[in-house]
Amino acid sequence: MKLYCLSGHPTLPCNVLKFKSTTIMLDCGLDMTSALNFLPLPLVQSPRLSKLPGWVLKDGNTFLDKELKDCSGHVFVDSVPEFCLPETELLDLSTVDVILISNYHCMMALPYITECTGFTGTVYATEPTVQIGRLLMEELVNSIERVPKAQSASLWKNKEVQRLLPAPLKDAVEVSTWRRCYTMPEVNSALSKIQLVGYSQKIELFGAVQVTPLSSGYALGSSNWIIQSHYEKVSYVSGSSLLTTHPQPMDQASLKNSDVLILTGLTQIPTANPDGMVGEFCNNLAMTVRSGGNVLVPCYPSGVIYDLLECLYQYIDSAGLSNVPFYFISPVANSSLEFSQIFAEWLCHNKQTKVYLPEPPFPHAELIQTNKLKHYPSIHGDFSNDFKQPCVVFTGHPSLRFGDVVHFMELWGKSSLNTIIFTEPDFSYLDALAPYQPLAMKCVYCPIDTRLNFIQVSKLLKEVQPLHVVCPEQYTQPPPTQSHRTDLMIDCQPPPMSYRRAEVLTLPFKRRYEKIEIMPELADSLVPLEIKPGISLATVSAVLHTKDNKHVLQLPPKPAQPPASKKRKRVNDDLPECKPLKPLLSGAIPVDQFVQALEK
Amino acid sequence: MLDCGMHMGYNDDRRFPDFSYITQNGRLTDFLDCVIISHFHLDHCGALPYFSEMVGYDGPIYMTHPTKAICPILLEDYRKITVDKKGETNFFTSQMIKDCMKKVVAVHLHQTVQVDDELEIKAYYAGHVLGAAMFQIKVGSESVAYTGDYNMTPDRHLGAAWIDKCRPDLLISESTYATTIRDSKRCRERDFLKKVHETVERGGKSSRVSWPNSASRWQVLIPVFALGRAQELCILLETFWERMNLKAPIYFSTGLTEKANHYYKLFITWTNQKIRKTFVQRNMFEFKHIKAFDRAFADNPGPMVVFATPGMLHAGQSLQIFRKWAGNEKNMVIMPGYCVQGTVGHKILSGQRKLEMEGRQILEVKMQVEYMSFSAHADAKGIMQLIRQAEPRNVLLVHGEAKKMEFLKQKIEQEFHVNCYMPANGETTTFFTNPNIPVDISLGLLKRETALGPLPDAKKPKLMHGTLIMKDNSFRLVSPEQALKELGLAEHQLRFTCRVHIQDPRKEHETVLRVYNHLKGILKDYSVQHLPDGSIMVESILIQATAHSEDQGTKVLLVSWTYQDEELGSYLTSLLKKGLPQSTG
Repeated sequence: MKLYCLSGHPTLPCNVLKFKSTTIMLDCGLDMTSALNFLPLPLVQSPRLSKLPGWVLKDGNTFLDKELKDCSGHVFVDSVPEFCLPETELLDLSTVDVILISNYHCMMALPYITECTGFTGTVYATEPTVQIGRLLMEELVNSIERVPKAQSASLWKNKEVQRLLPAPLKDAVEVSTWRRCYTMPEVNSALSKIQLVGYSQKIELFGAVQVTPLSSGYALGSSNWIIQSHYEKVSYVSGSSLLTTHPQPMDQASLKNSDVLILTGLTQIPTANPDGMVGEFCNNLAMTVRSGGNVLVPCYPSGVIYDLLECLYQYIDSAGLSNVPFYFISPVANSSLEFSQIFAEWLCHNKQTKVYLPEPPFPHAELIQTNKLKHYPSIHGDFSNDFKQPCVVFTGHPSLRFGDVVHFMELWGKSSLNTIIFTEPDFSYLDALAPYQPLAMKCVYCPIDTRLNFIQVSKLLKEVQPLHVVCPEQYTQPPPTQSHRTDLMIDCQPPPMSYRRAEVLTLPFKRRYEKIEIMPELADSLVPLEIKPGISLATVSAVLHTKDNKHVLQLPPKPAQPPASKKRKRVNDDLPECKPLKPLLSGAIPVDQFVQALEK
Repeated sequence: MLDCGMHMGYNDDRRFPDFSYITQNGRLTDFLDCVIISHFHLDHCGALPYFSEMVGYDGPIYMTHPTKAICPILLEDYRKITVDKKGETNFFTSQMIKDCMKKVVAVHLHQTVQVDDELEIKAYYAGHVLGAAMFQIKVGSESVAYTGDYNMTPDRHLGAAWIDKCRPDLLISESTYATTIRDSKRCRERDFLKKVHETVERGGKSSRVSWPNSASRWQVLIPVFALGRAQELCILLETFWERMNLKAPIYFSTGLTEKANHYYKLFITWTNQKIRKTFVQRNMFEFKHIKAFDRAFADNPGPMVVFATPGMLHAGQSLQIFRKWAGNEKNMVIMPGYCVQGTVGHKILSGQRKLEMEGRQILEVKMQVEYMSFSAHADAKGIMQLIRQAEPRNVLLVHGEAKKMEFLKQKIEQEFHVNCYMPANGETTTFFTNPNIPVDISLGLLKRETALGPLPDAKKPKLMHGTLIMKDNSFRLVSPEQALKELGLAEHQLRFTCRVHIQDPRKEHETVLRVYNHLKGILKDYSVQHLPDGSIMVESILIQATAHSEDQGTKVLLVSWTYQDEELGSYLTSLLKKGLPQSTG
C-alpha cells in the first residue's frame, strides 16, 4: 500500500492511495495563496493601480517592467491571478479510479484533475459538498472573468529570473505548476463526474475495497472517509471539527480500529479560540458602526458566514444595531442563503428540530424577511441604489485579490473610521493587505477556524487508537513562528509518519487474509475431523472462481463424457479425472493395533 | 416489523393490526429488533403510537427525515378527528404521539444503519410521497427488500423509485395496481384538467346570466390527503390557471396547507430534479392562485375548485363538503386516488348512489363522480420493472386485492422464474435460502492460485487444495503445510510400493522406453517424464524397471506412490498388469 502526496498544503490536501488493486485520490485542494503575489483585479477602474511603476532590477534592467509592478513597496505580478496545482507528474493521474472529496474547500482543484489529466473515473461527494462547491467555483470563475486581463506573465517564472526577484516572489515555490483559473464549462464537466453519496453509505469499488463517508462536523456535508477491505482499514480524516456549529456532529466511533489514520486539515490557527474570536468580531463590528464607520468582512460565500449571521441575529438588537444594513455581496449570495436552508439532514440536532416544526433552520431567513440582511450579486445594479452607510458588507474573495471586496478596499481604505475584519484563516492578513498599503482603515484579525486543534487531536487519537498515523510534515514540528510551542504538534505513539509534497510513502501494512465464499454444496461435501478439542480440520479440494474481485469456491465438476469411439472411451473411463485430496496424515500411530490388524 | 399502519375502513378494534400475532404475553421489545416505517401515510404509520405507547414497544423505530417531520402531524390530525369530533375514548393521546416520536431514529437515503451486530438496513428513494423510502434489510449475505408504497414514474413533484441490483433473497412489494397498466401520465393530466376546466367554465358562463338559485353551482371537489397528491395536483392546476388565465377560485381546505407546502420547501432535496434545480429562482410550492378555504365558502354560489382532506371521504372536511354538494348534478367530485373498502370514497367509486350516512340518513348522490388514478403507486409494469432492477430470488406481494394479486403472481413467476407468494392476513410464508459460507483464506494460498493465471484449457477446471481450520466459529482456509505447522502436527508419509512382472526379453532400458511410450500414449493429460537415471515419473509416481534375478526374460516394474496419489497409483498398477502392447517398431 502506497501513499502519493501531491500537495504540500496541510489544509488543502491532495493524496493518492494505492490499496489492493484500486487507486484512490483523497481530496484535490487548490492552493490559492499563490494569488497573493498578484495585483488585485479592480471592478472599477482604479487610477492608483493602473499607474503603478514597473519594477526595475538593481542594475537598471527593465525587461520585467511589463510583468512586475512596484506597489506600496512590494513587487506584484501584473496578470490574471494563478493558483498552485497539486503535483501532476508524480504518477499518471489517468490511472486514478476514484476521487473522494471531504469538503467543499478541498475540491477546488477538481476541474484541473478531471479535465486535464485523462481522468476517466468517478468522483464521490455528498450533496451539500457538491452544491456549495459549485457555488465557490462559480464565484471564483465569475470574479476573475469579470475583469478581463489580456496579459499573462511568464518571463518572471524563469528560474534564472526568479532568483533575482525580491521576496516573497523569489521564494515562491512550484511556480511552474501555477495555472490560470478554469472556466465554467470545465467546472460543469468536472461536477458532472460526481456521484452523490450519503453519510454511512457503503460504496463498493470493484468488489475489492469499500469506501464510506462519515460526518466530520466541519461544514455542511463535510466528511471523513473510511477505506477498507475485509481485513484492512484506512481512515482519512480531513477537516474535522468537534465544536457545535451548524453541521451534523463528527462521527468518531466509526474511526476506531484503523490500521492507518491519515490526518490532514487541522486548524490553521491553533492558538485562537473560535468562540472568543466570534465575540471579538461582534464587539469590533459594533464599535465601528456606532462611531459611524463601515465594516468590511472578506469571506467565502458559505461556511462560517452562516454562523456569523446567526451570532449577529442574536446580537444586533441588544447592541442597538437594528437599523444598520447588512449587505452580502456575491454572485452566489442568494443561492448560498437558499441552499443553506434545504439541507436539514446534514445539520446539527437543534437545526433539524426547527425544520420539523417546519421552520427554516438558519435565522438568516428572518434577517432577510425583516430587511436587515440584503444580498446582491455584485456592486453593480440594485446595490448602488440601496447602498446606505454606515453598513456592514460581507463579500469575497478573502485573498483581497479579486471579487467585490477589491472595490470596498479602494473605497473605504483611506478612512480610519472604517474597519476590515478578517475571519477566514486561509490567507495571511498582512500579505492580503500589502497592495493596499498605506491604509488608514482599522484592521482586526479574528480568524475563525473550527477545525481540530492539537489538544483535540491527541484526545481523538487516544479514543480511536489507530495503529499508525500519517500526516503532513507541518504537524510533526511546532509552527516555525512559535518553535518553543512543542504542544502545537501531533504527539502519539508510535510517532506519526510524515509526508511532504511529491513524496511517496509506503504504508506499514501486512495483508494476510482475504475473504472467500464456500458454496453450500461444497460445504456439504467436507468431512471435518476434530484434531484437538475445539479445533477441526477439513481438507478442501475445489474450483476457485474469481469474478469482480470476489472469490468463490465450488465443487469440482463431474467429469464430462468425452465424445469418442467405444474403445477409446473405455480407456478414458478408467482414467482418474481429478484427484480429490486425501485427509492429512498426522498424529500418533497405533503401531500395535496396526500389526494386529495385519496379522488378521 | 415493516410499517405499522391502520385500516381506514374500520372504526372499531379492527382499525389497528393485531399485535398478539407477535407475542401473546411477552414484551414486544423482546421480539422485535426494530420497526421500519416506509412513509407517512396513515395506512403505514397510523397505528404507531398505539403500538409503541399503548401495547408497549421501546426499541428503535426507523424512518427518513421528512417522514419523521410529517408523520406526527398526520397522527395528530387523525387523533383529533377520532377523539375530538367523533368523541371516541380509549385512543392514543397527543402526549403518546410525542413519546412515540422520541423513539424514532431518522435515516438518510443509502445510509447503512447498523441496527445491531448482525442486522443492517438501508433506505432507497421510493417516489410516492415526500420522504417515502424502500428498505433493504440484511444479515450476513441474506437480505430482504421491502418497498412500502412506490412509484416508478417521476411526477410533477417527485422522482421515480430506484433500487440497485441488490439481489435480495426476498422482495416484498406492494401491489395496489397489480393489474392496471396506466396510460401515460400526460393523458391523465389532460383529462383531469379538461374535466375541471369544463365544469368551472360552464359555471362561469351561466353565472353571468345570474342564477339566484343557489342550487345551480358548478363546483369541483377533489378529496386529497394534505400532503402528497395534493401538492402535485396544485402544481398542475396552478400552472394551468396561469397559462389559461382562469379566474375561478381554487381553495385548499385545511389549515395544514401552508405548513405542508413549507415542508416541501425545506425538504426540496427529496423532490424531482427539475424542482430542485430551479428552486433558487422559483419555488414551485409558493402558489399564487390557490388560497385557503373557509367553511363559509362551501355555500357560495359561483364555480370553484376545492381540495379538501381526507382523500377517501371517510371523515372531516371533504366529507362535509361532499354532503353539501352531492345533491347537485352540476357539481363534480374527482377522486384522484385509491379508496379503501368501507369508505364513502370506495362506495361512490363502485357505483353506489344512495349512501346511508350517520343516523340512518340517506344521501342521494347526483353529482358527477370521476375517478382519476393520480395516486403514485407503481402499476403492473412498474412492479415488474422493480423486480427486474432488484433481481430477487423470491417475491412476496402485499397491499393489494387478492384476485388482482393472483394474476400478477402468475405473471411474475412466468417472466422471472422465481417463487411468488401472497399470504393472507395471519398466514406465515416459509421459504429457504442457501447462502454461501464466508471463510478467511490465507493470502499466500490465494495468490499461489491466482498467480498461475488463466488455465490453458478453460474446460478442464483446476483444483485448489487447502485445509480448512475450524475453531470457535471461525473458518480459515490455509495451505495444508501451514495448517500442520500452525497446529504443531507432523505430517506422516504413507507410501505404497508395488511390483509388477512383465514378460519382456529386451534390455532393461528398452523395456523402460516401451513402458514410457505406452503410458505416454494413454495418459495424454498427465505429465509423463523419462528421467536420465532411467526411471519414469508419472506426475509424482515413480516407476523403475529391473531384470528378474532368476529369469532374464521377466522384468520387474517397481511402482511407488504416496497416499495422496492413491487413485492414479492403483490405476497405473492395474494398467501395467495388463502387459505392454506388442511393439510395432
